[in-house]
Parts: sequence; C-alpha cells; structure tokens
Amino acid sequence: MMDMIKSAYVIGRRDFTAIIFSKAFLFFLLGPMFPLLVGGAAGALGGEVARDIANPVVGVTMLADDSRALMAARTALAEQMGERRFPELKLLGPSKDDPETLLKNTQNGLIAVLEGTLDKPKLIGTAGPIDAWKGEIALLATYARNGDAMKLSPVETQLVVQSAGNNKQKQLLTAQAAQVLVFMLTMLLAGMVMSNMVEEKANKIIEILAAAVPMDAVFIGKLFAMLAMAFLGIIVWASVGFGLVALAGSAIPSFPTPAVGWPMFITLCIVYFAMAYLVLGSLFIGIGAQAATVREVQTLSMPVTMLQLINFFLGMYTVAKINQPIETFAAIFPFSSPFAMIARAAQDPTLWHHGVAILGQGLFALLIVRIGVYLFRRNVMKSGSGGRVKAAGKRKLFGLVSFGRG
Amino acid sequence: MHAIEARGLVKIFDGFRAVDGIDLNVPAGSIYGVLGPNGAGKTTTLRMLLGIIDPDDGVRTLLGSDRPLSQSKLVGYLPEERGLYQSMRAVDTIAFMGALRGLPLQEGVKRGRVLLEEAGLGEAADRQIRQLSKGMAQTVQLMGTIVHEPRLIVLDEPFSGLDAINQGKLERMIRAQAAKGVTVIFSTHVIAHAERLCERIAIIAKGRVSFDGLVSTARDRLRPQVHLETETMDGPWRAAIPANCKAEGNWWHFTLPETGVEPLLKALVEGKAGVRSLSIERPGLHDAFVAIAGEDAAALMDQPTAGELT
Repeated sequence: MMDMIKSAYVIGRRDFTAIIFSKAFLFFLLGPMFPLLVGGAAGALGGEVARDIANPVVGVTMLADDSRALMAARTALAEQMGERRFPELKLLGPSKDDPETLLKNTQNGLIAVLEGTLDKPKLIGTAGPIDAWKGEIALLATYARNGDAMKLSPVETQLVVQSAGNNKQKQLLTAQAAQVLVFMLTMLLAGMVMSNMVEEKANKIIEILAAAVPMDAVFIGKLFAMLAMAFLGIIVWASVGFGLVALAGSAIPSFPTPAVGWPMFITLCIVYFAMAYLVLGSLFIGIGAQAATVREVQTLSMPVTMLQLINFFLGMYTVAKINQPIETFAAIFPFSSPFAMIARAAQDPTLWHHGVAILGQGLFALLIVRIGVYLFRRNVMKSGSGGRVKAAGKRKLFGLVSFGRG
Repeated sequence: MHAIEARGLVKIFDGFRAVDGIDLNVPAGSIYGVLGPNGAGKTTTLRMLLGIIDPDDGVRTLLGSDRPLSQSKLVGYLPEERGLYQSMRAVDTIAFMGALRGLPLQEGVKRGRVLLEEAGLGEAADRQIRQLSKGMAQTVQLMGTIVHEPRLIVLDEPFSGLDAINQGKLERMIRAQAAKGVTVIFSTHVIAHAERLCERIAIIAKGRVSFDGLVSTARDRLRPQVHLETETMDGPWRAAIPANCKAEGNWWHFTLPETGVEPLLKALVEGKAGVRSLSIERPGLHDAFVAIAGEDAAALMDQPTAGELT
C-alpha cells in the first residue's frame, strides 16, 4: 500500500509540476475571468433588453370617465404594490378601429386592448398576455369602480433579525449557490482529466509507467495532481474574489448562515468538491484512458458532459426536498451525492451523515479506478497482435465497439 | 537460478493467439536474446513477463516473484515504442524514471548527470527533450532505464532506430551491465546483434518458442560445412566425401560427416587427394535460425524497418 502511495505521489508530482510550470496554466487561472466577463456583458445587455420588453402596454378604449378612474386606480395600487405589478395603461378613448386592428398597429405597441365598462371590462389579446394580466386588470377595474371604499389599510411594520421561514428560504439560496460553484469547478476540470491519459499515450510514456508502477497508482496520481492544481487555482481565485468583495463592500449580496455554520460548511464544500471531482474524475480518466486520440476524447466528452448535467440537475431538483425519497436517492447515488450533500449541509445541522457520504463517495471512486485500470490493462496494451487488428483497418473501443481507422 | 521463468504463457487478443504457450528460462547474469520476426509475439511476451499485461494462461516468475510488478525496483525496461515528456529536462527525465523505480529524486538527478557525462551528453543535461536529437533522446531513455541500478534489464528492440555509432555504444553498455552481474534480456529481429551479444537465445515464431538455449547449442544443430580443394579429382579418398556433396571444379562443399574431421583428414592424406585448401566453417546463428524457424521467418527477420541499420 505504501509503495502504491509513493508511486502515485511520483506520478502526481510530475503532472502537477508539469502543469503549473506550463504557460497554459496561466490561461487556466484566467479561465474564470472569461465567463465573468461574458456573463457581465450578457447581463448588462440582457438587462437593457429586459427593460425594453418588460413594460407591457394595455390600450384602454373605455369611455373617458372609466378610463380616468382606471388610471387613478393604477397609480394608487402601484404605490402600494410596486410599479411592475401592473401593465402600463395607454388611454385611447373610444376608437373606431376594432381591437384587432389596434393590436396589429406596431406604433401602438400594445399587448392587449381593454374595452367595455368598469363593471364589465373586456380584455382582448393573445393568450399569453391575457393569462398574465387578467387578474391585475380585474383588480384595477374593481378598485376604480369602488374608489375610496376600497382604500387599502395601512400596514404597520416591525423588523426582526430572524424568522424560521425566511431563513429556510435563504438557506436554499446558499445551498444552490454552493452547488453551482462546486459543479462549475468540477466541470472545469473534467475535460482536462479526460484528456490527461492521452498525453501519456501520445508520448508513448504509458508503457514505461505501466511497467514500473501499478496502473492504479498512475490513475490515482494523475487524479490527485489535477485536484492539487484545482486547489491551487481555487486559492488564487478565492484570493482575488475576497479582494473584490473587500473593494465592493456591501454591493455584494450576503448569504445566510448555513445550518452547519460557515466554517463547517466551507470545509464540507471543499471536501465535497474534492469528492465530486474524484468520483467524476475517476470515471473520466478511465474513459479517457481507453481513447487513443484527442479526437476520441472530444467525441466522448459530449455524453460525459450530459452525465454531469443530469447529476447536477438531480442535485438541484432535490435541494428543497430534504429527506424525501428522491433526495435520499440523490444523496446516496455517488455521482449526485456531493451536490445533494452540500444542499443538506446548508439546511440540516446533522453532521454524521456527511461522514458516511464522504466515505461512500471515496470508496466508489476507488472502485471506478479499479474498473478503469482493469479495462485499460485488458484493452489498451495489445500491440502484440502482430498488427492483425490494425491491418484489418479496425480497432475496438472498450473491446466492444469497432471503429474504422480514420 | 533463473531471473525469469515462464511456463505455458498464452495471450489472446480478440480471438487471435498472439502468444501461444511460451516457455522461457533466463539464467541470472546472462545476456539473453529473444529473436523473432515482427509480429512473432516478442513484445507481448516481454509485457507479460514484466506484468504490464496478464497472461490468459500460464505462469511466470520474475526475480523469484509471480507478481512481477512487485519487483519493479529491481528491473529496468526500455519499451519498443520510445517516449518521453517533451518539455522535461534530460536530467529530470532520468531522475523521474528512477523515481518510478523507487530511487529518490535528488539521487536520480545526481546519477543522471553522471550517466549523461559518461555518455558524452553532459551539456544536454539541462536541455528539454524536445531540444535533443532523436539519438540523444533515446540515450536519455536508456540512462533512465539503468539509473536505479537494476538487477534485470529488459530491452524491447533496443537497436531499432539507432545509427551504427549508437548501436555500438548500446552493445558496450549491455556488456558492461552483464559484467556487473546484471541480467539483460532483449528482443530483436536482427540476428547479428544476438549473435554478437548473447549467450542464450529464444527463437519465437508465430507465438511459440522454437528454441530456447545456448547460442552454441543452436549452432550445433547444424553440422559444420567443409570447403575442400584438391589436386586430384578422383581416388580412394572419394569414399570419405558424402555422396550429396556439391562439386565446383576442384572444389568440394559438403556437411562434415558425423564421424568427425579426423577420419576425413586421414582418408584425404592416405588417398593422396593433394589437399590445396581445407576449411571447416561453423554455421552462423542465421543458418541455425533458418533451420529452426524456417525460411519464411528468416526472410522476415532480414527485413530491417525503415531507417534501421543492421
């Protein structure tokens, strides 16, 4: 066992130093900047577009008195409930044009036309806006019709520090944020792990490694080298992040304290990131080891990414369903377990089941490594066929599916 | 005492028996050659012996252990497909290969520098592999194979791709290691290398061992060839010449009779043949290979791969 660990260390050390002293590592460190920049730009652009399209206008063709009363009702209610709760009203007065013509007129920019009386309003438009604003229009008409009789009672408010319902809801937010963060980091590394073994095969070093150390040590060494590199990246990113938070101050939203407390939650996030990476990484390195070329790795990366997304969605779906069967399944199923358990840590103070989950995930990662090694030894090292398979112009992936040589 | 023993090794790839019941005995401290044409099963056999792949049937022991990888610290291996990390420095490459076999990294760096100096590549120690010529890179890999001072060195087609000078250096290195008591086993499809270096050989063809033993034993399978020139064309001495001899003028070419050379000489002298020239030529390993493995296998052996010197 000690020999195995030492061998894995030799492999891991080589990979780690080779990566961090390469120019490409700088791009890796800058990697998160690109989505932030793109996200920021897209957000600003999207906000602008949203502002343009988020103010629906309803044309009002009621009689003048009804139209004025309706407008006054909107002003009064919007003060209490918020401007965006109601569509904008455009008073058109009784029109000789039929509602369909008014709606087709692009200069009006109407989503619906309101006609009739306050007692019997009629909203005309397409299905979406009708469903979205029917209730609000009814409220406006009722308020306009009743005037002061429907004056809203003033609500006295008193702020408290905590409420169970609010905390629960906000802890969900913490859980989801942690899940997204861990998923993003895992996703960032997955492709790199997958292509890791291809380098060894392309350099033809794999046989030297396989002859010197158990393949388990090669797989494990490579996995931990990438994990170490990821932690180095996280330290750099976190340092930059804290710097930005310090600069931005209160502009950054604060997350509520998770159920297990911040120190334990951060610790568990780090551990679950490592486990998510090891569980998925062990699978990816096993699959990648079967691939002979970068092209094959690229072909394999699509289903692998889909698998990752399914696991992530499972974790996301169960975030508010603690202890329900589906959430228990997500917590046990090794590929979704890290994400589901992060959600638990945010919402449930119990600690012992984290120990069980981490142990289970670790054992599962080892099992996947063993299977990957078995397949590698069975399918990859076979040049001794005297070129027979190559000569036939075909070779096999995982010993199952034949591929023509391109 | 055998450094390697194998009994009935079998390896099947996709229904094809790449290795079909191979038995081998490699004595400790010997230089042992595995001869065979391309595709004979040499590489697969070596990989099974080293534990890189497992046999489908049969048993093997390497330095006394049936778990070959457990002995990896005592073994050096140069695979047929040479490969190195291109961005690694030469000296670090040697140290890394030593570290894989349990040698502390710093010690590997020290020894690596010494080995490179001895090989005349001292100046290349701190250069990246991608900056070295192919021959220099191969030398670096060879240094990495021996840096941890193994008891057994396994070389798969070590002469492949080397120029004549580097082939000579490699032969000297193999002899030097053997002189220190290290067992060296190498595969080759070039008979000349095995003939110059090996005490013992195994001849492999179509996944089977056709011969395993001393080079001299392989040669002894063929009778020596006699080339005789006489002054006279006939006489009582002719009775000592085999009936199937090949005659060219006054020259007679034939296989030495099993009775040996003395009765032949006696018949020639007493029969007054007037011997002008007499040579008795011991068969080479090539002839033995042809006799053992067949003409087809020998023809494949004699075809070097592109750019390869024999």
